[in-house]
Amino acid sequence: MTAPHQSLPLGSLALIAAFVVAVAAAFAYTAGWFSPQRLTPGKLVDAFAPPSGAALGHRRNHAKGICFTGVFEANGAGSELSLAPVFVRGQYPVLGRFNLGTANPNAADATVRVRGLGLRISTPDGQQWRSAMINAPVFPVSTPQIFYELLRAEGSKEANAVATFAAANPEFAPFGDWAKNGPWTGSYAEERYNSLNSFVFVDGSGAQHVVRWSLLPAAQPVAVSTDELAKRGPNFLEQEIAQRVAGAPQRWTMVVTVANPGDPTADPTKAWPADRRSVEVGTLVAQQVEAEPDGPCRDINFDPTVLPSGMRTSDDPFPAARSAAYAKSYDLRTAEAKDYPRTTTGATP
Amino acid sequence: MIGAHRRFSPLQRLLHWLMAACILAMLFIGVGMVSTVMPKYLTLVAIHKPLGIAILALALIRLAVRLRYGAPPLPADLPEPMKLAAVGSHYALYALMIAMPLLGWGMLSAAAYPVVLFGGWHLPAILPQSDSLHTLLWDAHFYLAFAFFALILLHVAAALFHALVRRDGVFETMASAAIYDDVAPAEQGRHAV
Repeated sequence: MTAPHQSLPLGSLALIAAFVVAVAAAFAYTAGWFSPQRLTPGKLVDAFAPPSGAALGHRRNHAKGICFTGVFEANGAGSELSLAPVFVRGQYPVLGRFNLGTANPNAADATVRVRGLGLRISTPDGQQWRSAMINAPVFPVSTPQIFYELLRAEGSKEANAVATFAAANPEFAPFGDWAKNGPWTGSYAEERYNSLNSFVFVDGSGAQHVVRWSLLPAAQPVAVSTDELAKRGPNFLEQEIAQRVAGAPQRWTMVVTVANPGDPTADPTKAWPADRRSVEVGTLVAQQVEAEPDGPCRDINFDPTVLPSGMRTSDDPFPAARSAAYAKSYDLRTAEAKDYPRTTTGATP
Repeated sequence: MIGAHRRFSPLQRLLHWLMAACILAMLFIGVGMVSTVMPKYLTLVAIHKPLGIAILALALIRLAVRLRYGAPPLPADLPEPMKLAAVGSHYALYALMIAMPLLGWGMLSAAAYPVVLFGGWHLPAILPQSDSLHTLLWDAHFYLAFAFFALILLHVAAALFHALVRRDGVFETMASAAIYDDVAPAEQGRHAV
């Protein structure tokens, strides 16, 4: 407009405006602003919140937990499946967290069906293997979208919403059966924890193996009724594991199970046949338990896609969704740290 | 303006267009990845981190090249507010090109995530673990990304304004494919833009 030799170039200005608007629209589309139906990490995380709202400063799921530290003793056998340094015979430091599958950090222990174990194994080269496992033998649903629908059913005010969901999704049955009929124990140390999701291990020759893994307790599981557990108090699991580990380190054998061609690697509702090849790769040893507020696990995200070289995600859609949702939960709760303060100043994170 | 470059040097033009593609891709990947839980989330994150570090390296090279070679002068008849906007926006673009990757790297460090680039190759943490630092850097990374995108739109609009409306040769200082400048290098320190 400063060039006096030409009239106002409306055509050129319109072209510039159209170009800028087109690029901005593409950006907004990519960000999902035109796609309200897109399942975002925020939606998934919000769906966990109870009617009273999320517990600020806490994980949005598996909100109740207690930290532990220890070691992973690799026996060397895992190297035949993966070149990850964590499988080279030796001891590697572990940070972990026993937890309950609930959005309520104050839930009574006897009321929560799913128990979990978050794990971070570090190797001297700076790589990490993070995993978050639960005691259920299978996952309730086969895709993140259906999982979101399950959460919506659980959060629904309608009576029988979960029953209606279960009837409409027969894949829920194996998990439902475990939840209803599986034994309860009186200790985190007596639980078996399962990856449920499949991952790909790559061995030294480049060959790939689709695997799942589990931690099998050295402690003998003793079935206890929920009525009996309720009598032990709201925090009996944390008290029990703290005392138990103070008395003696607690151990689990890590077993890696290898899928056969054709096994349902993408569907965590489907267990693999019991005769599949399995390899004992080492032992997890929990040596010290620390309360979460000042413990080293509070600000750790047990993102199951933090994997060393020699491991990667498979066609199972959940690890990606979990990673996205865990990150969202982490970003929220670290911003709310004042709502879940450490109890001692100078506590090391 | 006698003796000044008529165009940015070929190296500067190469860096500009290479980084333009990288940064635009980066911003789209960024808003895309935080809006999805699909498997592409992991693919996008796996591109975002190493591409960010690549942009940081390119930006530092570009800054050094810019300090060494300067920039062609703006047209003498450009109104003062537009000159100010041109100079100011370029400072902001350089600042963001360098700050955004550092904010991302710092944010991952403060959350104790390993900063994995390719395979087992990873970068060290540049900050101690801290929930408050993580929140500060995360917010900065998030909101500055939108500011960066807005600034790029403004930059593109201004470039097209020079090309289509003013036709004053400013667009051609960066858009030309010519290898050789027909004016000898001179006048170091004349950083008109």
